[in-house]
Amino acid sequence: MTARAAEAGTAQAHGLGTFPVLDVDALVDDPGTRIVVCCGAGGVGKTTTAAALGVRAAERGRKVVVLTIDPARRLAQSMGLTELDNTPRRVKGVDGASGGELHAMMLDMKRTFDEIVEAHADPERARAILENPFYQSLSAGFAGTQEYMAMEKLGQLRADDEWDLIVVDTPPSRSALDFLDAPKRLGSFLDGRFIRLLTAPAKVGGRAGLKFVNLGVSGLSVFTGLLNKLLGTGLLRDMQTFVAAMDTMFGGFRTRADATYRLLQAPGTAFLVVAAPERDALREAAYFVERLAADRMPLAGLVLNRMHGSEAAHLSAERALAAAENLEEGDVVDQPTGKGGDGRSAPRSASGSGSGSDAHSGDGSGTDADSDELTEDSTASPTTAERLAAGMLRLHAERMHVLARERRTRDRFAALHPEVPVAEVAALPGDVHDLDGLRAIGGRLAEQPGVEPA
Amino acid sequence: MVTGKGGTGKTTVAAALALALAEEGKRTLLVEVEGRQGIAQLFETEALPYEERKIAVGPGGGEVYALAVDAEKALLDYLQMFYKLGGAGRALKRIGAIDFATTIAPGVRDVLLTGKVCEAARRRTRAGGFVYDAVVMDAPPTGRITRFLGVNDQVAGLARVGPIHNQAQAVMRVLKSSETAVHLVTLLEEMPVQETVDGVAELRATGLPVGCVFVNMTRPAVLDRTAVRAAEESRTEIAKALSRAGLGGARRGGRAEQLVDPLLRQAHEHAERLALEGELRSEIAGLELPAYELELLAEGADLPGVYLLAGELREQGVAR
Ligand SMILES: Nc1ncnc2c1ncn2[C@@H]1O[C@H](COP(=O)(O)OP(=O)(O)O)[C@@H](O)[C@H]1O
Ligand SMILES: Nc1ncnc2c1ncn2[C@@H]1O[C@H](COP(=O)(O)OP(=O)(O)O)[C@@H](O)[C@H]1O
Ligand SMILES: [Mg+2]
Ligand SMILES: [Mg+2]
Repeated sequence: MTARAAEAGTAQAHGLGTFPVLDVDALVDDPGTRIVVCCGAGGVGKTTTAAALGVRAAERGRKVVVLTIDPARRLAQSMGLTELDNTPRRVKGVDGASGGELHAMMLDMKRTFDEIVEAHADPERARAILENPFYQSLSAGFAGTQEYMAMEKLGQLRADDEWDLIVVDTPPSRSALDFLDAPKRLGSFLDGRFIRLLTAPAKVGGRAGLKFVNLGVSGLSVFTGLLNKLLGTGLLRDMQTFVAAMDTMFGGFRTRADATYRLLQAPGTAFLVVAAPERDALREAAYFVERLAADRMPLAGLVLNRMHGSEAAHLSAERALAAAENLEEGDVVDQPTGKGGDGRSAPRSASGSGSGSDAHSGDGSGTDADSDELTEDSTASPTTAERLAAGMLRLHAERMHVLARERRTRDRFAALHPEVPVAEVAALPGDVHDLDGLRAIGGRLAEQPGVEPA
Repeated sequence: MVTGKGGTGKTTVAAALALALAEEGKRTLLVEVEGRQGIAQLFETEALPYEERKIAVGPGGGEVYALAVDAEKALLDYLQMFYKLGGAGRALKRIGAIDFATTIAPGVRDVLLTGKVCEAARRRTRAGGFVYDAVVMDAPPTGRITRFLGVNDQVAGLARVGPIHNQAQAVMRVLKSSETAVHLVTLLEEMPVQETVDGVAELRATGLPVGCVFVNMTRPAVLDRTAVRAAEESRTEIAKALSRAGLGGARRGGRAEQLVDPLLRQAHEHAERLALEGELRSEIAGLELPAYELELLAEGADLPGVYLLAGELREQGVAR
C-alpha cells in the first residue's frame, strides 16, 4: 500500500534499462507511512539519507523522529545531537511552516538494554543484572546487541504513538542483513533452551531434557564440564547468576524480537535500500532486495546515492579527450615534471598549480592572455587559455566515464529487478554535515525525472 | 591487519598488499574473517573453503595463498584438537551450542578468528623457517577493530582460567608484538579520514601496533583553485580555445560558448575537492605514519586492477 504510493506511475526509460521511479514525496506525505527504514552496506549514505528524509518529511508537515545509529560527528552536531542519549530531541532550524517537526536521537544501545532490564525487574534484581560481568559484555555490544537494541528502540517509538513518521537508520553491520537476523538470534538465545541447559542442567535436566539434546546420559555433564574447562569456571558462574537474575524476563526477549519483526512487515513500513552505483554495492543491494521479498518486508525502492551527472552530457568523453589533445599539441616546454612531494605523478595534469599561477599573474594586466591568444601559430606551445580549456575537457571526459559506468551498473540492476522503483541522488561536491546539506539531499531524492512536484 | 572504514577498499588493499609482499621465493597468506567471500570474488575463483589455497602469483614471483576463516569450523577444529570430540560436535551444533559460541558468547568468535590467523603466522616448516613470510588479514572495519583485536584481553579477563584464557593471552602477545602491524585504509574524504585519526588514537591507546596509512582511490590533480579562477576570468578565451579544438562556435550562443559554464562548474567542483583533499592529506601527515597512495582505477578494482595496485605498492617500496 505504502510502497505503491511511492511509485511514480510512469516507467522511465534511461538508455537500455527501464525502471519505475521512486516518488519520495509521495512516500513521506502518505499518512499511511509510519516507518521508513534505510538500510544498505556500510558507507553508502544510510545515515545521511535517513536524516535528509527526516528533514524533508518534517518540512512537508509531518511530525518526524529520526533514529540515527552512527552519525558523523558534524552531522550529529548540526542536528543538535551532542552525545548518545536515548531521548528524541527537537531539531532546531527546521522550517515548521507546514506544521511539521523534526526530532532526532542517537541510539545508546547499552542504555536501551539497561532500560529493558530496569523496566522488567525489581530494583534489587535489576542491579544484580546490571553489575553482572556477562551482562556487561553482552550489553556493551557483542554480536547483535546493537541491532537488537535498534529494533527494540524502534518498537518503543512506535508504541509511543507520538510520531507521524519514524525514520530509522540501520547499524553498520558485518552484513547489511544483520539487523534483520541479529535480533532474532539474540532473542532466541536469551529465551532459548540452550542458555537454561547450559546454566541450570539440574533444573532442566531429567531424562526428557537429555533425550532432547541427544547427547547421551553423561553427555550433558561432559558438555558443561567441557565449557567450564574451555571458558573457565568464572564465566559459567557469571552466566548462571545472570540467567537466574533474568529468570522473570525470559520469554520477553523473543516475543519482543518477533513483534518488531512483524512491525517491519506491516503495511505502514517502507524499506529504502541505499546503495552506491557500483558493481559490488549493487550486488549486495540486489541480495538485500531478494531477502526483503522473501521475508515479506515492504520495499519502497532503491536509492542510488552519489550518482554523477553533467550539464554537458552531450559532449562525449571521446570527443572531449580528442579536443584536449588537440589543444595540448606542442606542449613540450611547459610540461609539468609531475613528481610531487608525495612521490606520485599526475601524468595527465595539463595545468597544475604552475600554469595556474602563470595565468593568475597574467590576468593582472590582462595583456598576457591577449597576446598569447594572438599567436595563431598552431605549432607553438598552447596558450594559457588553451591549457585551461584542455584541463576542463579532461575533467569532463573523466566525469563522462564515471557517468557511463554508473549508468551501466544501474541498468544491470534494473534488468535484474525491474519491479524496484529507483531514485537517484547526485553526489554533492563535499560531505553532508548541516541542515542545508540534508535539505539539498532531500531535494535531490524527491526530484526525479518523471516525478511531478507535489 | 588491514582495517579502514567500510567501503574504503580494505579487501582490495589487503589483496594488493599480499600480492606486493609475495616477492620471488616468498609466500604470503591473505585471510578474510567476515564470511563475505570478498577474496574469491576479487580473484574470480569459486568460494574459498576453510582451507589454505594457492590463488595467485605475485608480480615479484612469489606465491599468494588465501583462506576464509569460518568461526564455526575453527571452533569445531579447536574442540577436536584439544578434546577429541568426535561426533559430539554435531550434537553441540544441534542444540545451538556452536551457534551460541560463535555468534553470541562475548568475544569467542573474535578469539577464534584472530587465533587462527596467529597460528598461521607462527606456523613453521620442518626446516624451521616460517611457512608464510607474511600473513595479511582483511580485518573488520575501523569502528570494530580495536574491540576485535583487543577481545582477547577481555576474554582472558572473562574466562579467567582454562584453555580459552591461555589461548587468548597467547594471541594477544602476538598481536601486541612488533611482528604485527595494523594498517588503515582511507579515502581522501572527511569521514574516512576522521575514522582513521580516531582509529589510530584508539589502537595506540590499547597498545596495538599501528602500521601505515593507505590512501586509496586518489585522483590526479588537473586544475587547482588558482587555475579555475583564472579560467573563470577568461571565459571568452576559453570559448575560443574550445572552438579552435573543433567544438563549435565561440560566439554567444555558439556550441563551444555554451560548454564554458558547465565545464567551469565541473572544474570548480574538482578544484574544491582538491583543496579539501589537501587539508585531509595534511591531517593524515599529522599522524606521522608512513603513507602509501593507490590511484582510483577507472574500471573499478577487478583482478588486473589489483595487480596494478600491487605494482604501485612495490614501486613505493612497501615490500622493503
Ligand atoms: N549524496 C551525497 N553527496 C555527497 N556526500 C555524501 C552523499 N551521501 C553521503 N555522503 C557522505 O558520505 C559519507 C558516508 O555517509 P553516511 O550517511 O554516514 O553512510 P552510512 O550511514 O551508510 O555509513 C558521509 O561523509 C556523508 O556526508
Ligand atoms: N583503487 C581503487 N580504484 C577503484 N575502485 C576501487 C579501488 N579500491 C577499491 N575499489 C572498489 O571500491 C569498492 C569497495 O572496495 P572493497 O575492497 O570491497 O572495500 P571494503 O573491503 O573496505 O568494503 C569495491 O567496489 C572495489 O572494487
Ligand atoms: Mg551510518
Ligand atoms: Mg571488504
